[in-house]
Amino acid sequence: MTAALDPSFGRAKNFIVYDLQTQDFTLISNTQNLNAAQGAGIQAAQTIAKAGAAALITGHCGPKAFRVLEAAGVKVYNTDVPTIAEALARYKAGELTEANAANVEGHWV
Amino acid sequence: MILAVASGKGGTGKTSISVNLARVLDAPIQLLDCDVEEPNAHLFLTAAPSSEEEITIGVPKIDAERCNACNKCVEFCQFNALASVGKAPMLFPELCHGCGGCMLVCPNNAIREERYRIGSVTTRQAGLITLKSGCLDVGVSLASTLVHAVKERRNPSTTAILDAPPGTACPAVATLRGADFAVLVTEPTPFGLNDLKLAVDTVRELKLAFGVVINRAGIGDDRVRHYCEAEGIPLLLELPDDRRIAEAYSRGELIVDALPEYRSHFERLWQAIDNESTKQRGMPYRAGVAR
Ligand code: SF4
Ligand code: SF4
Repeated sequence: MTAALDPSFGRAKNFIVYDLQTQDFTLISNTQNLNAAQGAGIQAAQTIAKAGAAALITGHCGPKAFRVLEAAGVKVYNTDVPTIAEALARYKAGELTEANAANVEGHWV
Repeated sequence: MILAVASGKGGTGKTSISVNLARVLDAPIQLLDCDVEEPNAHLFLTAAPSSEEEITIGVPKIDAERCNACNKCVEFCQFNALASVGKAPMLFPELCHGCGGCMLVCPNNAIREERYRIGSVTTRQAGLITLKSGCLDVGVSLASTLVHAVKERRNPSTTAILDAPPGTACPAVATLRGADFAVLVTEPTPFGLNDLKLAVDTVRELKLAFGVVINRAGIGDDRVRHYCEAEGIPLLLELPDDRRIAEAYSRGELIVDALPEYRSHFERLWQAIDNESTKQRGMPYRAGVAR
């Protein structure tokens, strides 16, 4: 929980899925994606959707991943806080604003 | 006959060499601009576009009624072009390679093919030169596919000069593959030498007959020349670093038009290509006669 929040979504090493009710969390690996030539964000977004998450907190989320998350009904919140615990605290306090568009351009444009 | 003009990096004057080479030939010639991410050969020639052809690939179109979200297509696609979102998968056409595999694996016959534009090929006529320029749409990653589309539009009955994309990545390899002769353009600098070596590795791997042109000779050192000597690579032409060439270039003029004294350089280049082609491949290159 005190671990650093990776600023990029698609190529982050792991995702933490946190259950707000039980306060349990599980770690999902994103390593198969780190070296993907293209579509890393799309893959990562599917991983999040499959995990059943209703919201994603991340540093930067590209346009393609955003479209997938949007279609899957996952809300996206951007933050630049350094740790996961802090990001979560801010989310719970309602201090994060929902992103309504991708906040970084794709890489192949 | 197909002559490819390539360089290990951008900015060596590769396109300028291609266009001038085309200009001094006294016969109909095709110039294919395969630098599809930044085509610029047309900037050197005054000719209005005579036709523009749209280049498309077949991408999947999913019928949401028939799809039961089994995700077989998503799992199949190697290019991450399909994403599962709980219902009918979402397509990212700009990542699709048009392989058609998803249509084959769909158990519910829910996918049909739809055309998706990736770019265009524009044809222009400038004197004896027929220029075909490939232009990839912004955001599309299929440069090699477009290079193939340009090459398919080559008329096999006349000589073609292919202006390759800079570098040694897939689109450059797609251009070079199948060429009868490759001209590698470089500058006599340490960077130029480094990139030339990569280009040489590539053409050797493709088993092409080739030679080197040093552009802006005099700006650097002798290392490119020594490298070519040591490797037994023919030096086809050294074009001097001449301020007037740069000036003509900046006005969008051809060297051989603005500075007629340079005509003979390019005629010698044809001659050198011809000689080397004969030596390396056992047959002369030339289709027309340079005078
Ligand atoms: S046609 Fe091929 S590349 Fe395109 S989405 Fe289907 S499987 Fe993927
Ligand atoms: S394979 Fe066919 S049925 Fe299955 S998710 Fe893809 S389109 Fe839908």
